[in-house]
Order: sequence, then C-alpha cells, then structure tokens
Amino acid sequence: MKTNIIKNILFISALAFLFSCGQAGDRGGNGALSSNIAEKVYVAPGERDEQYAFLSGGYSGNLTVYGLPSGRLFKEIPVFSQFPTSGYGYSEETKPMLNTSFGFIPWDDLHHPDISQTNGELDGRWIFANGNNTPRIARISLTTFETEEIIEVPNSAGNHSSSFITENTEYVVAGTRFSVPVPQKDMPISEYKANFKGALTFIAVDQEHGHMDIKFQLLMPGFNYDLSHPGRGKSHGWFFFSTYNTEEANSLLEVNASQNDKDFIAAINWKKIEEYVNNGGGTKMPAKFAHNVYDESTHTATSTMKNEVLTVNPVDVPGAIYFLPTPKSPHGCDVDPNGEYIIGSGKLSANITVHSFDKMLAAIDAEKFDGDAYGIPILNYDDVLAGSVQSGGLGPLHTEFDGKGNAYTTFFISSEVVKWKLGTWEVVDRKPTYYSVGHLMIPGGNSRKPHGKYLVAMNKITKDRYLPTGPEMEHSAQIYDISGEKMELLYDFPTHGEPHYAAGCDAELLVNNSKKIYRIDENNHPYAIKSPAEARVERDGKEVHIYMSTIRSHFTPDNIEGIKVGDKVYFHITNHEQDFDVPHGFSMIGQRTSEILVMPGQTKTSLWEPERVGVWPFYCTDFCSALHQEMQGYIRVSPANSNIELSYTLDGDDI
Amino acid sequence: MKRAGIIMIIGSSMLLGLFVFPMWNIRLGAPQYPEPLGIDIHVNGLKGESEFDIQNIDGLNHYIGMKTLPKPDDMWEFSVFPKVVWLMAGLGILIGILGLMGKISPILFLVWFVMMSILGALGIYDFNLWLVDYGTDLDPNAILKLVNPDGTPMQYNPPLLGHKKLLNFDAFSYPRTGGILLGLGMLLSLVSFFLGRKARLVSKS
Repeated sequence: MKTNIIKNILFISALAFLFSCGQAGDRGGNGALSSNIAEKVYVAPGERDEQYAFLSGGYSGNLTVYGLPSGRLFKEIPVFSQFPTSGYGYSEETKPMLNTSFGFIPWDDLHHPDISQTNGELDGRWIFANGNNTPRIARISLTTFETEEIIEVPNSAGNHSSSFITENTEYVVAGTRFSVPVPQKDMPISEYKANFKGALTFIAVDQEHGHMDIKFQLLMPGFNYDLSHPGRGKSHGWFFFSTYNTEEANSLLEVNASQNDKDFIAAINWKKIEEYVNNGGGTKMPAKFAHNVYDESTHTATSTMKNEVLTVNPVDVPGAIYFLPTPKSPHGCDVDPNGEYIIGSGKLSANITVHSFDKMLAAIDAEKFDGDAYGIPILNYDDVLAGSVQSGGLGPLHTEFDGKGNAYTTFFISSEVVKWKLGTWEVVDRKPTYYSVGHLMIPGGNSRKPHGKYLVAMNKITKDRYLPTGPEMEHSAQIYDISGEKMELLYDFPTHGEPHYAAGCDAELLVNNSKKIYRIDENNHPYAIKSPAEARVERDGKEVHIYMSTIRSHFTPDNIEGIKVGDKVYFHITNHEQDFDVPHGFSMIGQRTSEILVMPGQTKTSLWEPERVGVWPFYCTDFCSALHQEMQGYIRVSPANSNIELSYTLDGDDI
Repeated sequence: MKRAGIIMIIGSSMLLGLFVFPMWNIRLGAPQYPEPLGIDIHVNGLKGESEFDIQNIDGLNHYIGMKTLPKPDDMWEFSVFPKVVWLMAGLGILIGILGLMGKISPILFLVWFVMMSILGALGIYDFNLWLVDYGTDLDPNAILKLVNPDGTPMQYNPPLLGHKKLLNFDAFSYPRTGGILLGLGMLLSLVSFFLGRKARLVSKS
C-alpha cells in the first residue's frame, strides 16, 4: 500500500516535472510576474465579477456560488444537506425538503448542476442538481438562490448520469449509475446479470413554476449509466448516456468491468418515447418516492409521497434506442454546441472518441447493425465514428466547448486540460492542472452558446497548492483564460466539498433578477404576523405557538412566562425588516436544533422542548445592527404542574 | 398680449406638475447604504424613493429618537397645499385666458407672480420649521443621545437645500421635477408680464 502511494507520488511528480519543463514560463507563479496575469483576475474592491459559477459541493451536499474571474465565494446554497447557517433542514418549514421514501435523510452527494435553457441557451430561471446517493433531483431558484424542490427518483441507485436538461428545459434527466433489481427484491447478488435494470428517468419540468414530475422511466439493461448530455440543435430530441460495466459484473468492478474493449454510448430518442407514452404506452408500476416542494409565498415546504411510476421497456419502442460502441469504459458524454458531435471519453484511454450524429442517423436509416444487446440494436463503431483525438494525454474525462470550434477535455491521469479542434481533431494546446482534474466548466459550455472566456478546472487532489491544513484539505480549482489561441493559467482557488462539475453564466443573466427581500405583504405563512402589533403566544395543550416579530433591534415579545417543562414550543419568527441584507437570527439555549436565520419579510419556525425549570435567554444570532447585542429575551420555564399563567410582554407592556 | 396670455396659461399650468411629480427630495446615503434612502416630498404627502425607504428611514431614526415621518393625515399641509395649488393654477389660467382676450392688464400676471412668491416663501418657511421640529424634538429616552462639542444636544434636521453631514449619513436636499416645474412656471408668469406690458406699450404708441 505504502509503496503504491510512493509510486503514485513519483509518477505524478514526474508528470508535473515533464509538463513544467515543456511549458516553461507558464506556471502560475512566474507567469503572473512576467505577463500581468494578476490583472486578469483582479476584481478591485467594490467591483463585481463578470460571471457566476455554480460549483457542486459533492459530499457537502450543497451548491457553492463563485465569481469569475476572481474565484471569490459568494454563497453556499443548501440543497441536500442540513445547513445550520440558515437553519435549512432544521427549521420546521424546511425539514420536509429532506424527506425521502427512506425517511428524513440529512445529507446527499451533489454532483452535476445544470442551468435551465430556452432554445438551447441559458435562461437563468433555475439550476438543477442531482443527489447521487439517495437518488434525488433538486431545483434551485435563481432569483432567491434557494432550493425550491426535490424529487426522489425511484428504481435508481447512484443517481450519477444526472441532472442534465433538454434544450428547452422540457426534461431534467436522471440516470442510474448502479443497476438494481426493479422492483427491489430479496435475491442473490450473483444473479445480477440479465436481472438487474438501469433506470433512466425523464422528469418533466413545468415551464411556469419549474415543478418536476416523473414522466417515464426507461428500464435499460443492467449496465452502469455514467454520464449523459442532451442533443441540441439538430440532435434535439435525443439524449446520450455513457455506459460502463456492460460486462454486468457485480464484484471487483475495477477489473471485471474493464474487460470489454468497448462499452456503449446509449442514444435515446426521447421524443419518440414521449410520443409512445402520450399515446398510452408504458406500464405503471408501484414505486414509493417523495416529492418535496418549497413555496416561496408560505416560506414552507411540503412533502408528498408518490406511489406509482410509469416505466417503459426499451424493446417496446423500436427505433428509439441504439448503442454506439465506445472504447475503454467511457465516462464523460458531451455534445458540442451544434449538436453534431457526441464525445465519449474512454477513461482508461489516451484518445477521445467522437461520434457523429449525422452518421448515426445514416447508419440507423441503413439498418446497419452489429447485433443487439437485450434487443437494443448496436451500431457499427466505424459507421458512427466522426474521428478520434490523438491526445497524448491519459485518462480523458470531460469535455466542454468555447463556441469557436474548439473543445477542451480534462485528463485525470495526466493532470491536464487539452484543447483540440472539432472536425480536424488536432490538439491545439495543453496546460497542466494541479492535480488530477475531474470536471471542467466553461460558462454556457454545455449549451448552444458558450460564453467562452474562462475555463475552470476542478481538481481532485490539492497536495501543496495552499498552506497546509492537516490531512484534510479543500479541493482546488484553476481558472484559465481561453480567449486566445493558447490557454493561460490565471489563478488557483480552493473549492468547498468536492466539486463534480459546475455551471456558469454571464452575471447579467442573473444580477437584476436576484431578490433583495421577501415582501411582508406577500408572506402567506400560516404563522406569519404582518406587524409587531400582532405578536402573541398561544397555548394548545402541550403545544405553545409563539408568534414573534424581529425588527432592529428587539424581539416582540421578549419576556414570556407560563412555559412549562414538557411543552413543545414553536417559535414562529417573522422578520419585519423590508431592507436589503438585514436578516435576524434566533437561537435558544439548550435547543436541540440549529439556529435559524430569517430573511427580511420571511417567517421561520424553530422548535424548542424545554427540559429544565428556570429563566432561559434567547438572542439574535446575526449582527443585525449597532444594538444587536441588546437583541435578546427571556423565557420563564416552570414545572410541568405549575399554574403560572401564559404572559408575554415587551418593555413591561402587554402587546 | 396674445403671446403673453399663452405663456401665462402655460406657466400657471405647470403648477399642476406638482400632482404628478415630487416637489422636493431628501436623500440619505451612507457607506452601508450604497443605494441611498430617499424621501420624495409630494404636495400631498411623503413617498419613499424606493418602496420601503420611509419605513427604513423610520427604522434608522428610532435610534436617535426622532418621530416617525408624517403620514398625509398627520400634517394639515398635505390637505391644504393641494387646494392652494389648484386655486393658484386655476387663477393663473383664468387671468391668462382673460389676458389672451385682451380683457385685463398684464399687471395681474405680476400680481399672480407676487402671490405665488409669497405662498412659496411661506411654504419653504413651513418646510424648514418642519425639518427643525423633526430634527430637534427627539425622544428623551432615545437610544443614541449625542452632543455637540459644546455640550448641546446634536440636531438632525436635514438641510433646507444642499448637503449636510448627519452622523454617518450624507443628507442631500434638492427640488425635484414638480418643484422645478413650479419655479419655471413662476418664471414664465414673470415673462408674460413683461411681454404683455411691452405689447401694451407698443400698441399704445
């Protein structure tokens, strides 16, 4: 083990050495001094960035928002994980967001963000992201930058070839990485082959509200569906999934799933399947999954358990699904801005395979098949191949585009980004990354119209890039200027969690839609109060509801008596500020939950179950004003059998 | 005289702009308010420059113990001023028409101008009283009780015109479209007087 690590380190350092020699003067440190690179990433105090970048947080379960080119972190948006900073997943209103058919799950592994599109261009309405572990798809508003909806994906496991959207946001697509028995049942693992299924799920998106609903699930052969991307332009209506483990191994996959020289890219004509389903095709199947929707007007999420899903057997829709043989366990599956090239990155290969959409259609028309897999026709590799990039690197993973006829592919093993030309397949440039790059992102790079100025490389290994912080470090990203013929490394910045992919867009797309406050007159929370004068405390058996107001710099009420041990006390806090960036927080001593942070005009609820007699303080957790330290109150807790009457005051007066 | 009458009608009609546009504006900016808070003073009440500015200014003012900004019902001015404006505009238009028909002496244009000047001066005097009252009549239990270097309590009245520093805020007070139209209208009445007089002198000679 240890010698392996040493070997790896030697290997990586040898590569780094090779590249640093080959690219003298391009290393960040020297380059910055020699060519004013610093100016390109310097966003002066008070100035703002050109572009937004939404980086997935991986195992943090959340999405982070950065600025480009500065690499400054603006916000962490809680999506699949409880987030004490805001109370997401802790407040009574947001707990339902994390509900699943398995119960409340406080975490997930967020992988691939994708911004909504209209006509194949980013439209800045929503950003979607997938939870990989307990399969879920989330929709995040790009006006509030908050998670508004999470839908669980049944019959899926390792929700990895997700959450990519079609070019008019008709569907957000979720494919399973792990095939499983569908429906789940108690059976020997060794009977995987031919019995397990890989569900590819097409989730329809309501264009007005963005609400998601599973339209159909395609139950594919039991391969691993790794990544996917939509067709665009002429290939709109198709979706492409890379697969590995077409061997259908169920153990020691690193060896057993690497035996076939070629796996497949599955080409799926979803319009055809949609038509089939609209005409009554498909089989309804019992399946339990949660659908959680957050309503901005009530500031409250509700979770609904669904019981049924429509499944489609691929062989029932002839002419809708084909397999494109693709070498070496392809990982990334990317489609160029014109929709002609489908790029499969064989992750164990030195080369990048590019399929042609036109050639694929011609081969299908000519019915030139090379057998089938479980009834799904396999096309001839040579018939669909557009070309192959002789990259000189090792371990291609993901490709993005600049809209100027160039593609950029990351190479994990050789730690580099390679720029190559679509159509001629010639390598134009290569630059090292630090180290072992996974995904890369060009804002709009996964649309018809990339904004190809910057490229962000997201690396898996950090090592010596920053001051050391013990064994565990944040991952590292690099920004490259790709406006010229050669890429130019501009900047390193640490990223939170483990970014697997990102999405970005020009700042103008979102800046003017970003909400500043929630309007108190549009607050329909059932426990909201429209003004501090409505503040009150009500007892309903053991439940106590405190309708509390916050405004600089006091709580109303701030002295409450008559609470008893064993009560369930709900603090419904309404922030009556209507001023930008004036949140108030709330926390109670001994409370077994997180604080909550309440935005102007919003109502949030925090539950406290007092266990000890006494007089207990609460306070505002957000430094809201010059008198923030004064923003506090007391609650008197009496024994369960006490007959102290409920009372609530501010400044000694009843409210 | 015909031209003078038309100008008089135009000039006095410009007063009606006060029902559409704010007369005056007080704006408060501070480092943490990159988008300043603003009060638009209309002839019939106060309005925030942005929707919640009044509420937010009141929120800040509570620290220094200032009264909340007046609602239309709290000040007689907001019900009287519109009537005065209607009356003076009507009067101006009337004498303009009469002037047009050659039935009156242009001296009435000047009379109207003088009346407006007196009313305007009274209005500004009243506005200043109001600013001083709000700036000095502070709650004795105010959170922030600041004193000047000479020991007198600090006052917070914004300037009548121009800029003044109030603690961390820069206060700016300037006429707005309605007020500018009012001034222009008055100027036009003066123009119409001179034109009318000149026309009359010419016709007499």
